[in-house]
Amino acid sequence: MSNLSYVRTDMLPEQAPPAGQSGIALWLRTNLFSGWVNSVVTVVVLVLLYKVLADILPWFWNGIWVGDSLTECRAIRDERGLESAACFSVIRERWSQLLFGFYPKHLYWRAILALVLLFVAISPILFDRVPRKLFMFTAVYPFLLVFLIWGGSIWGPLMAMAGFGVGYLAYKVIATQNALLGLIAAFILPVIWWIFIAGPLAGAIHSVVPIGWEAVESKFISGFMISVIIGVSGIALSLPLGIVLALGRQSDMFIVRVMCIGFIEFVRGVPLITLLFVAQLLLNYFLPKGTNFDIIVRVMIMVTLFSAAYMAETIRGGLAALPRGQYEAGDSLGLNYWQAQQLIIMPQALKISIPSIVGIFIGLFKDTTLVAFISISDILAFTNLIRANTAWNGIYWELFIFVAFVFWICCFSMSRYSMYLERKLQTDHH
Amino acid sequence: MNKSVIFGVLTVAGLAAGTASAATLDDVKARGKLNCGVTTGLAGFASPDANGNWEGFDVDVCRAVATAVFGDPNAVDFTPLTSATRFSALASGEVDLLSRITTWTFSRDVDLKFEFAGIAFYDGQGFLVPKELGVSSAKDLDGATVCIQTGTTTELNLADYFRTNKMEYEPVPIETNAEGQQQYLAGACDVYTTDSSALAATRATFENPDEHVVLPEIISKEPLGPLVRHGDNQWGDIVRWTLNAMITAEELGVTSANVGELAGGTDNPEINRLLGTDGNLGEQLGLSADWAKNIISSVGNYGESFARNVGSETPIGIARGLNGLWTEGGLQYSPPFR
Repeated sequence: MSNLSYVRTDMLPEQAPPAGQSGIALWLRTNLFSGWVNSVVTVVVLVLLYKVLADILPWFWNGIWVGDSLTECRAIRDERGLESAACFSVIRERWSQLLFGFYPKHLYWRAILALVLLFVAISPILFDRVPRKLFMFTAVYPFLLVFLIWGGSIWGPLMAMAGFGVGYLAYKVIATQNALLGLIAAFILPVIWWIFIAGPLAGAIHSVVPIGWEAVESKFISGFMISVIIGVSGIALSLPLGIVLALGRQSDMFIVRVMCIGFIEFVRGVPLITLLFVAQLLLNYFLPKGTNFDIIVRVMIMVTLFSAAYMAETIRGGLAALPRGQYEAGDSLGLNYWQAQQLIIMPQALKISIPSIVGIFIGLFKDTTLVAFISISDILAFTNLIRANTAWNGIYWELFIFVAFVFWICCFSMSRYSMYLERKLQTDHH
Repeated sequence: MNKSVIFGVLTVAGLAAGTASAATLDDVKARGKLNCGVTTGLAGFASPDANGNWEGFDVDVCRAVATAVFGDPNAVDFTPLTSATRFSALASGEVDLLSRITTWTFSRDVDLKFEFAGIAFYDGQGFLVPKELGVSSAKDLDGATVCIQTGTTTELNLADYFRTNKMEYEPVPIETNAEGQQQYLAGACDVYTTDSSALAATRATFENPDEHVVLPEIISKEPLGPLVRHGDNQWGDIVRWTLNAMITAEELGVTSANVGELAGGTDNPEINRLLGTDGNLGEQLGLSADWAKNIISSVGNYGESFARNVGSETPIGIARGLNGLWTEGGLQYSPPFR
C-alpha cells in the first residue's frame, strides 16, 4: 500500500476554458455586448455600417477601368448588368495629369528623379543610421531641385549657391578685423550678390559655357507636384523660422520680443487664403510690371510665414513645459544662451512638441490645395479641369477618391514617422 | 496703416502698368507666344485633354488670335484663371487676352478699364427642370425650390424675375456648378438655374438627359466675349477683328475646307479683302496679309468652332439660337471688311 498517495503525481491535461470565457465569444461579449445599452448600440451601428457598405463596396469592386468616356463607362456597366459601378477609367486616363499637371510629358522623369532625390536628401534628417556625409547632399539638394524642376541654365542655381560662399568668405575675411562687421557683411553681401550680381553673371557665363537643358515655366508646374513642392519647402523652412520666432518671443530684448509677438499674432489672426490672395493679387499691383517675381516663390513665402507662426506657438508650448530647473542646470554648467538652447532646452522642447509639429506639417501639406483659388492648377483644380472635358463631364467621386488617397498616403506616412520618432526619443523608462 | 502710402504705391504701380502695356503686340511677338487666360474648366468652353492640349470655344478665340499674330494656332500658353483672379491677371499683364466666359457689363468695361473686343457668345440665364414636374414655362414655377449659386448675378436676376412675376420661391444656396448638379439630381431642389450654356452642359452629363428639360424662358442677358486692357487700341483691334473675321467667314461661306481654294482669288471682293488677296487689311493691323486665311484654315470660321465645341452635334448640344448669323435670325453680325 505504500504506493497509495493522496497527492496527484501527474498533471491533469489542460482543458480549454469554458466556451464563454475565451476566444471570440469572450471578445465579443467584453467588447461589443457588455450590457444591454452597448448591445443595442452595437446592433444599430452594425446595421448602419451594412447599409453604407452595401452601397459603396459593390460600387467600388465593380469599378470599370476601360473606356474613354463616362458614357462608355455607363454603357459597359449596363452591358455587364451591374447596378452601380465606379468609373475608374478616368483615373487610368488622367492619373499622370493629376500628379504632374501641365508639366511637359517628356520631362516627367526629371520630376520623378527630383522626388527620389528628395528622399535621399531627407534620409539623414529622418534616420540617424544613415551616413552623416549625406548632409552634404542635403545642403545641395534645394539647388538641384530647382535645376531639375525648372530646368534652364545650370549656372542660375550654381550662382545662387555661390551666394552662400560669398557670405562665408565675407565673414572669414572681415570677422578677423571686427566680429560684428563680419556678421553684418555675411548677411548683406550675399543679398547684394543674389539681387544684382548672380543673375547677370549666370547669364554671362551661360553665353560662354552653355550648360543646361529645357526650361519649364512656373505656370506649367501644377497638379500634385505643386503641392509637394510647396509643402516640402514650407515644412523645411517653417521649422527653423518657427524656432527663431519662439525664442524671440521669450527673449529679454524688447524690440526682438515685440517684433516676434507682432508677427506671430498678425499672421495667426489672418486666414491663409487671405495671405495667398495678397501674394497673387496685391503683389501683382504693387510690383512694377515686368517684375519676374515667381508666383510659386510668392506662395512658398506666404505658406512658410503662415505655418512658422503656428510653429512658433507650438514650440513655445514645448519650452513652457520644461521645468525651470533645466534652464538653471544650463546656467550652473556655465553654458551660454546658445549652448544651453542647443544642448539642453531645444532637444527636450522639440521632443515634447513633436506630435503638434507634425500636426502642423500635415495641416500645411493639406492647405496647399488652397492655391487652387489663386489660379494655380493643383490636383484639386485639375479634377474640375478634367470634368470640363465633355468625355468626363459629370464624374465626381472617382476623382475625389483618388485625390484623397494620394493625400492620405503622404499624411499617413508623416503621422507614422512621428510616432516612430516619439518612440525612439522616449527616454523616460516607465 | 498709412492709407496715402498704399494709394501712392497703387498709383505708381498703375501708372507703370499703363505705360508698359502700350504695345502688347510687340511684347507678344518678342515672347513668341500669346498668353491667354481661360476658365478653370467649363465643358465646351475650355478644358485640357489627356495630353494637356486645350480645347473649347473660348480656347478657339485664343488660338485664332495666336494664328493671326504668328500663323500658328499652337503659339499660345493657356492660364486657367478663377473668377476672383481673372481681372487682376489681365490688368497686371500676366495674360494678354482674357477669353473666359466673361459677361460684358458697363462697370467691367468702364470702371475696371477693360475693352471688350466683341460678343463671342450670347448667353442668358435659364431654368432646368425634371420633365415629371410637368412644367412647360418658367411662369409655372411659383413656390418652387431653386438651386442657385450664391454671390452671382444669376441670384439677383432670379430674385428680380420672380418679383416682377409676383411668384414665390425658396432658394437652395450652392457654391459651384458641380455642387449644383449633385443637389439637383439628388432632388434637393425642383429647379436648377444658371447660364443656359452651362445648363445644357449639365443636362448632357445626366444618365437620362431626356427626363429633364431646359425651359424656354431666358431671363437675363449674358453677352460673353474676349477682353483686353484699356489703352492699347492696336491690340484691341487685332482681337476684335479676329473675332469679326471668323463671323464674316461664316457669313461669306468661307470654311477651313475651302479657304485654300478661295484664297487663290474669287469674284467676291469682300472674300478677297478678308483673305488678303486684295487690299492691305492685314498690314493695317500690323499683321501679315494672310492673317485671316490662317485663322480660317487652322481654327475654322465661327460656325465651325461653334459646331465643334458646343453645337448640336456635341454632347452639350446648344442650338445656334441667338448665336446664329443675323442672316439666319441670330445676332452674330460683323461690320464689313472694307
